[in-house]
Amino acid sequence: MSSDKTPLDLVRGTLDVLILKALVWGPLHGYAITGLIRRQTDDALLVEEGTLYPALWRLESKGLVEAEWGLSENNRKAKFYRLTSDGRRHLRQETRTWEAYAAAVAKVLGASQPPVEGEG
Amino acid sequence: MARIPMWRRYARLFGADPRADVDDELQFHLQAKTDDLIAQGLKPETARREAERQFGDIRAVRQTGRQLGREHEQTRQRREYWLECIQDVRYALRTLRKDRSFAIVAVLILGLGIAANTAVFSIVNTVLLRPLPFPDAHQLAWLASGKKLNARLVQAAGLSAVTYRVSAYEEFQRHNQSFESVASYNPFFGNSEYTLTGRGEPQPIDGVMVSENFFQTLRVQPAHGRLFRHEECQKGGPPAVLLSDAFWQRQFAGDPAIVGQAIILSNQPATVVGILPPTFDFGSVFSPGLKIDVYVPAVMDVLRNWGNTLALVGRLKPGVSVAQAQAEADVLFPRLKSAHQDWWTDYSSTIIGLKEFVTGKLRRSLLVLWSAVGLILLIVCVNLSNLLIARAVKRSKEFAVRSALGAGRARLFRQWLAESLILASAGAILGVVLAWALTIYLARQGSIVLPLLIHVRVDAAALGWTLAITILITLLFGFVPALKLTAGNLQDCLKDSGQGVSAGRQHQRLRSGMVIAEVALACVLLAGAGLLLRSFLNVLAVDLGFEPSHAATIKIDYDDGNNPARRGPILEEILRRIHSIPGIEAAGVTDMLPLGRNRSWGFSAKGKSYAKDEILSATVRIVTPGYLEAMGMRLRSGRDFSWRDSTKSEHVVIVNQAAARRFWPGEDPVGRISFVDGADTRVIGVISDVREHSLETSAGPEIYLPVTQAGPEGGELVIRTKLPPEVLAATVMKALRSLNPNQPAATLQPLRQIVDRSVSPRRFFVLLVSSFAALGLILASLGIYGVISYTVARQTQEIGIRMALGATARLVQFGILSKALRLALAGMALGTIASFVAAQWIASLLFGAEPADPATFAAIVLLLTAVALLAGYLPARRAARIEPMIALRNA
Repeated sequence: MSSDKTPLDLVRGTLDVLILKALVWGPLHGYAITGLIRRQTDDALLVEEGTLYPALWRLESKGLVEAEWGLSENNRKAKFYRLTSDGRRHLRQETRTWEAYAAAVAKVLGASQPPVEGEG
Repeated sequence: MARIPMWRRYARLFGADPRADVDDELQFHLQAKTDDLIAQGLKPETARREAERQFGDIRAVRQTGRQLGREHEQTRQRREYWLECIQDVRYALRTLRKDRSFAIVAVLILGLGIAANTAVFSIVNTVLLRPLPFPDAHQLAWLASGKKLNARLVQAAGLSAVTYRVSAYEEFQRHNQSFESVASYNPFFGNSEYTLTGRGEPQPIDGVMVSENFFQTLRVQPAHGRLFRHEECQKGGPPAVLLSDAFWQRQFAGDPAIVGQAIILSNQPATVVGILPPTFDFGSVFSPGLKIDVYVPAVMDVLRNWGNTLALVGRLKPGVSVAQAQAEADVLFPRLKSAHQDWWTDYSSTIIGLKEFVTGKLRRSLLVLWSAVGLILLIVCVNLSNLLIARAVKRSKEFAVRSALGAGRARLFRQWLAESLILASAGAILGVVLAWALTIYLARQGSIVLPLLIHVRVDAAALGWTLAITILITLLFGFVPALKLTAGNLQDCLKDSGQGVSAGRQHQRLRSGMVIAEVALACVLLAGAGLLLRSFLNVLAVDLGFEPSHAATIKIDYDDGNNPARRGPILEEILRRIHSIPGIEAAGVTDMLPLGRNRSWGFSAKGKSYAKDEILSATVRIVTPGYLEAMGMRLRSGRDFSWRDSTKSEHVVIVNQAAARRFWPGEDPVGRISFVDGADTRVIGVISDVREHSLETSAGPEIYLPVTQAGPEGGELVIRTKLPPEVLAATVMKALRSLNPNQPAATLQPLRQIVDRSVSPRRFFVLLVSSFAALGLILASLGIYGVISYTVARQTQEIGIRMALGATARLVQFGILSKALRLALAGMALGTIASFVAAQWIASLLFGAEPADPATFAAIVLLLTAVALLAGYLPARRAARIEPMIALRNA
């Protein structure tokens, strides 16, 4: 799986939101989560597998996701994660924060003239 | 996601395994990745390596996973445990609510038992266990002179025999090496009674004279102002006074501005230099029942010639023991005596810790009280165990079913303990509330003459004690039935319909044993209470030598300028006016009432020779004509004083029978000459002995002198009337004020009150012990009733069969009653033996009753039998009314 684009490093803390978002569509096991995030970002974001699992487990401890053993597509025993209602609430809140943040940054970066009050 | 098939779930049959979970999960990830890489065209071996490479540091991840997994598992378990506990509590509450009468009875029993224990512990802790309310109180010691004198004579001579003259105090203070400081006060409180004027209505004020270093020795700091200065304690120095907190609050509404102002005490202005803190209560430590309002300096040069006037309290140097101080004093006092030929004794002293002085006499009584509540606690435990076993038997099927459905033994046990714990906690809360109310009530009882009582409260130590006994009884009454219940055979329980099988019989035997124990414990309590009650009645029946009913007394004030010639006419006029009030049959004045303060003077018969170290003294009361009649004292021979016995006529004295026996054995003393304080005095009458110190000690030599010939300390007017004192109070006060506008607003109190005060400690203990015994009796009868009722319920069918076969209702009833009686008799037999032992232990507290008092024990046996019959009668009647047909049909 080689790619010509240089994958972006994840901004700290965004991994949790991405995992939660991935689980919105239904229960998934860890491997499927990495795949889903990669596909949805068109390979722009690289989720390091080594950091995914600890993040998942922490979410589980916090009660934002819950886990259950089930069978994968090719009949292997796999641990499936599902959003709890707490997780759903958390995701909505984080999404709003992220959007506000992104909009603010976009506004500054997209500015074509200096702010009015800057000139005395 | 497909659900995992049933058989694969067995992988975690033996509980969760977070380690294996992590391994499995990571394993799956690598496998899935490898599969994908192979699908992309890599060779299997390369694919696996590539998958591992891309994953990164798998070992670190695994480590984190295990760590997190372990923590997660622990939280889960903890949560589950608490959820189960909540479940247990909810379940217990639900079952208790279903069996409401059981729950109420159990909580009441526990509450009363714990209340008794907490309250008594608070008292014991305050009086016996806690140090006195002074800093480094263990260093404080009490000195009592009269060590070499005969103990009985010391008692007869009263305070004068254990106090010191000023020079003895000063010499000991100067020469001893054991004490950091030695302080003193004047325990003849009549010397420091004042009338406060100029602040509204004149008020009677009780004061005490204390030495300059008194508060420093006790390490008491004033709350406002300062302590006495040196010049204020000298003759002719500026008069100063310290106020007690209670008096300051009552009279001056707690206004600190009073410090520095002058108040008028018996026509003498004195400056208020300070206010003592509320924690310092002189009376509660040194003279229980006495409320001190003001403290004045004891001016040694004034007291110097008054004889024995000082009580001593010292602070030992650090590291010096009471025994060392005693050893030094034993040597020091005789040495001091050789330099003071004017001392009539060498003041050899007994030194004890101040704590011992204050509470030593109460130790035995308090330990008895403590043991009594301990017995109550045992009875409570036995009773509750009994109730719970009955309940356990009733619920054994429920438990068997739950156990069959998978509840572990530990879980059942825990559930049962939860129920016990809920009952115990509710009981403890009820108990603490009751005890709290009781201690507040007791602390406010000024009429109970017990030291430190005002300091009694339910404090942290008492709460700790409550917690400890609550846990103890939970274990005791919860464990036995719980073990019994969970150890039962499941199969048997499910099969056993609860009748006539061995397990049921075993329960029954255990319960009978418990009832016997209960009756035995109650018997011991009753024996103690009975003996103390009998002693109390004996004390009340004592011949006082005066008639306390239909008489009242009031403190009076008059200004005679210390002139005996003026005193006579003033008092005669007061008594004339009082006499003229309708309804007053007799009136007289004394300076000291019996059962209160006392003092003694040198006294002997003229013309007889006495051994050198014999005590020649008698208690002295200075009275007016008519006093003996007003008190209802009995003149055996001779005459009462008259107003003609004046300063100018021959000095006269009336003696009591004890004095007559002591100084004129076998003779009639009337007409003889005696020495009163060295002066020739003619004996003009003999009166019956009066209980002067307490109801429990017989009188020593006592003499009465007329007010016209000796100097009284204060005045108490005694009137004899059939009218209640409240009715007369206003008229009497008007008559007194018409002669002396400064007559303080004292209350006219029934004479009976001073007797009640004197017996108040005994009444206090009797009341408590009797209540505990009554509680024990009720609990024991409840136990008998419970067991017999249960027997009847269990044997309903058997009784039905017997009645169908011809047994009469009478016979059935008799059978049940005799079972109740058998239990009670077995308990009484055990209890009586234990009571004899216990009675020996309280022998010293008894008055006029032997420890093996047959009347008391007979009464207890009768009482217990009656109670057992009553407790057995109700179930017996129920048994006799069993309808055979109904009983058999229900089989």
